[in-house]
Amino acid sequence: MNKTWNNRAWFMVLPVLLLVAFSAVIPLMTVVNYSVQDTFGNNQFFWAGAEWFEEMLTSDRFWLAMGRNLIFSFIILVIEIPLGIFIALNMPRKGWGVPVCLVLMALPLLIPWNVVGTIWQVFGRVDIGLLGYVANALGFDYNYVNDPFDAWVTVIVMDVWHWTSLVVLLCYAGLVSIPDAYYQAAKIDGASRWAVFRYIQLPKMNRVLLIAVLLRFMDSFMIYTEPFVVTGGGPGNSTTFLSIDLVKMAIGQFDLGPAAAMSIIYFLIILLMSWIFYTVMTNYDAEK
Amino acid sequence: MARIDIDHIRHAYGPNPKAPKDYALKEVHHTFEDGGAYALLGPSGCGKTTLLNIMSGLVEPSEGRILFDGRDVTRLSTQERNIAQVFQFPVIYDTMTVYDNLAFPLRNRGVPEAEVDRKVREIIAMIDLEKWSRRKARGLTADQKQKISLGRGLVRSDVNAILFDEPLTVIDPHMKWQLRSQLKQLHRRFGYTMIYVTHDQTEALSFADKVVVMFEGETVQIGTPAELFERPRHTFVGYFIGSPGMNVMPAAIDGTSARVGSQVIALPGRPAAPSGSIELGIRPEFVRLGREGMPVTIEKIEDVGRHRIVRTRLEGRDLAAIVPEDGDIPADPRVAFDPAGINIYADSWRVDYGSAA
Repeated sequence: MNKTWNNRAWFMVLPVLLLVAFSAVIPLMTVVNYSVQDTFGNNQFFWAGAEWFEEMLTSDRFWLAMGRNLIFSFIILVIEIPLGIFIALNMPRKGWGVPVCLVLMALPLLIPWNVVGTIWQVFGRVDIGLLGYVANALGFDYNYVNDPFDAWVTVIVMDVWHWTSLVVLLCYAGLVSIPDAYYQAAKIDGASRWAVFRYIQLPKMNRVLLIAVLLRFMDSFMIYTEPFVVTGGGPGNSTTFLSIDLVKMAIGQFDLGPAAAMSIIYFLIILLMSWIFYTVMTNYDAEK
Repeated sequence: MARIDIDHIRHAYGPNPKAPKDYALKEVHHTFEDGGAYALLGPSGCGKTTLLNIMSGLVEPSEGRILFDGRDVTRLSTQERNIAQVFQFPVIYDTMTVYDNLAFPLRNRGVPEAEVDRKVREIIAMIDLEKWSRRKARGLTADQKQKISLGRGLVRSDVNAILFDEPLTVIDPHMKWQLRSQLKQLHRRFGYTMIYVTHDQTEALSFADKVVVMFEGETVQIGTPAELFERPRHTFVGYFIGSPGMNVMPAAIDGTSARVGSQVIALPGRPAAPSGSIELGIRPEFVRLGREGMPVTIEKIEDVGRHRIVRTRLEGRDLAAIVPEDGDIPADPRVAFDPAGINIYADSWRVDYGSAA
């Protein structure tokens, strides 16, 4: 193929380049700058090299937060993806039920994250919260402030409540795009409910499902606001995820160097994971 | 295989149908004989697919009953009716191989694997996809996909009937002809009851022993291709079948002759008690263009290869005539009607001739 080369075309990408530079690249560079220096205030910086990175990668604190984060992402994916599919399959396809369901599904997604946190923080309180009070009245020893397990349950249920809708809406979009003829043919072919799901619905949904998994993974790996509002990372450090830890380190302790090093490691992990997901999903598509 | 009785079926898609126009299907009452090859022919929106879906159980009729071999199946599900149906657009299971696609209807019914293999191989050979049998069905061309859909319809040998809903729309013309003759062959070999929906008259006439012509939710005529051609029961059948369609012109009846404008045309008999608005219908094939008869003016001549279609005007009305490729078109053209090809219609429905007196 003959391509016309014209270097003036670079001017076309210049606006985007500038935008990305100011919104992403330059801030990232300042973080890089912090991560290789030490400061004691007064804008005095001393070269620290890879010291902060070494400190981070050998600290238990970092790996524990990372471990908690991975477990959290894993659990919410295992719950939200199948639950989302299940709800999407059972949503009405036509009639007045459609707008009603869609609005109900979209509601949690429209609530600001810190408000979600506040809702659950109050909801779970043992003295005035509906959930906490009733659970205790029924004899369950539930207290997310003291008990790490209860704190985890609260944070996970909150995330499921907040984000399953996203999976539902994506799956639903995939499902409604399946022409009626497929279901009719399946009836003629005597396919069971499971076979319809396995051979018609799932294949049609797999694209949107991969997007749902990717989005949910990235979001849950970066989760900050809601657990911060509900548990503040506690009790102890039991719900201190990477981002919470990062903020504690940077703003709380004002350890700018280690915090910057951690941000970069964190950023690279997310980049790597996204790349893996992306590669897997594009290959998966191409292979068939 | 089974005989299918359509017992006074009416169907409306909306709730509470009242006027006849609310019905997509206005009352169809007909029997499809066991082992027959039928075509449902009609323009888009005439209710042929609705009727087909009612037979397969995908649509439950608003009124009336469906019987398979005398057994009422109106409320039975598609599975229980044991019907095969091929749809207009290819439906394939993307993630399965071509082989598994064809095996799917058999495996769902718990057919032993050895039998599945035998049937699938036979069908794969028939639709000429042996090379592709282990390939994933995704990524095949549209006509290959449609051949798979077709194959899935044919793979079960115990079905009550095989229904086709314009299955060859997406297939290219050469392949169309080949597949259609394979279907005919299968029909002769196994005696399946086959019902084939189409809006293409060539397809209907070449496939079916009996053609059911539908128009606005009604069956207007059921007959062999020859009957449809020679004795269209309704002016619509006259228009719709044939190329070009039948010439229809208002006429007045006077005993054994008809008057069109100032011309008097002899009829083969005396039409029985015609009333309402009377029309005379004659196919272009029965219009003789020559030096005798009624004077016409020629508007244009279309050469379609085998013959020529001459568009003329008779008494201010359009009249098409078919003239052989080497036929002579005189400078002072006149037309004569072959009495055997004249049909008389009262309010669009054909009236029979009484005794020629």
